[in-house]
Amino acid sequence: MSSNPLEVPPDPAAPFQPRSGQRGTGFLTGPLRLGTTPSATVGPYLAIGLTWDDGIWAAAEGTAGGIWIRGSVFDGNGDVVPDAMVETWQADPDGGFPSPEDPRGAATYPGFRGYARAQTLSGGFEVFTLKPGRVPDGEGGLQAPHVDVSVFARGLLDRVVTRVYFADEAEANASDVVLQGLPEDRRETLLATPTDDGYRFDVHLQGDRETVFFAV
Amino acid sequence: MTGTTPVPPPPGLHLPRYLREEAAARTPVAHPDYRSTALRAPLRTPVDLPHRLTEVTGPVLGEDRVQPTDADLTWRNGGEAIGQRILVYGRVLDSDGRAVPGALVEVWQANASGRYRHVVDNWPAPLDPHFDGLGRVVTDALGRYEFMTIKPGAYPWGNHHNAWRPAHIHFSLFGRAFTQRLVTQMYFPDDPLFGQDPIYNAIPPAARHRAVSRYSLDRTQDNWALAFEWDIVLRGTDQTPFETEDDGDVA
Repeated sequence: MSSNPLEVPPDPAAPFQPRSGQRGTGFLTGPLRLGTTPSATVGPYLAIGLTWDDGIWAAAEGTAGGIWIRGSVFDGNGDVVPDAMVETWQADPDGGFPSPEDPRGAATYPGFRGYARAQTLSGGFEVFTLKPGRVPDGEGGLQAPHVDVSVFARGLLDRVVTRVYFADEAEANASDVVLQGLPEDRRETLLATPTDDGYRFDVHLQGDRETVFFAV
Repeated sequence: MTGTTPVPPPPGLHLPRYLREEAAARTPVAHPDYRSTALRAPLRTPVDLPHRLTEVTGPVLGEDRVQPTDADLTWRNGGEAIGQRILVYGRVLDSDGRAVPGALVEVWQANASGRYRHVVDNWPAPLDPHFDGLGRVVTDALGRYEFMTIKPGAYPWGNHHNAWRPAHIHFSLFGRAFTQRLVTQMYFPDDPLFGQDPIYNAIPPAARHRAVSRYSLDRTQDNWALAFEWDIVLRGTDQTPFETEDDGDVA
């Protein structure tokens, strides 16, 4: 910053450009577009507004075939992030979505809503869900079973998005266009590993094992 | 990293593509002046994910999550919150200009003295027993929302010397698809703290005004509450807003 605003630099970066003198017609020449609202961090107090008693249940408690997906979120030091929120969205075991936006029609599956949100207050997150089925990939094939994940936290000015795939779905994973489009040494960051009652999926925000994040 | 790769739809499926805001108007995930990003924001460039069924669908979260009293934050625990009452209202639209009806809007905020009802907040300003700072509303058929609350105070947060957050209300919205998920903050016009706040200044200059509400004389209630209007715009699709096939989305 120049200390005296009246001191004009001898070599201005952008010389003055006279206006063309042309005026608009007043009519739209392209489709109407509104600028989207910019995102912001959830800050450290997200528990006030974003905590639900039933948040972690993508599938209702006790639903047959239910699995727990558990994990932690780690920062660039390898320390656990205790004030993050993890949201998951996925298909049901038949590959349908409980959403009117599914062009095949909104699917219903007993005890399943497809969405969960969990905090990491205790050092980790956990969501109870059903293992998703395979979903068309839009290119004539099928995607491997996957869960879309958003991570929100103080220190993230926008959510970061990743996907959970399942390490015991090797055959489906080998034909998944998203997974196969990633460098081989980074694919494993998206693989949840089997546990006694479901899967473990850790998120590394930074570092050697930084999770693959997607721009959606 | 702009735009998404068009994917030809499979037979029988027509998937909308949600347009990403151009990078010049998007908040980056990291901002050096916001020190908390240093160890948390990913360092690698995110991988473009073409929009497929998982991304163009989203959870249905609406009326069953909301109580009528959730829209009035000024009355809790049988008493009246302290501070200046304000009505906050606006519309939830997509970037095509279409209303987003039935959308769950979750808000949270500090009280009039700038303190959150949260165990981590140790800023020694008074708590208000009649203010919890939590509100939930669902947009109506025209995408409108409104709630009555207390104007939040500014508060210090230690990011740098004399760091005070401008008054703000946190908003969370789902839209209709995974791609439309948004968490943001609403500011108040002419706040003297904008200049030194790295969270506000992380928003590219071209888009900062979209985070600031507008004082509304029209809706200010005589002898009761000031009003602030704030429209929230989620990402739209690549369809024009005038296609007849979309009429059903508007109602």
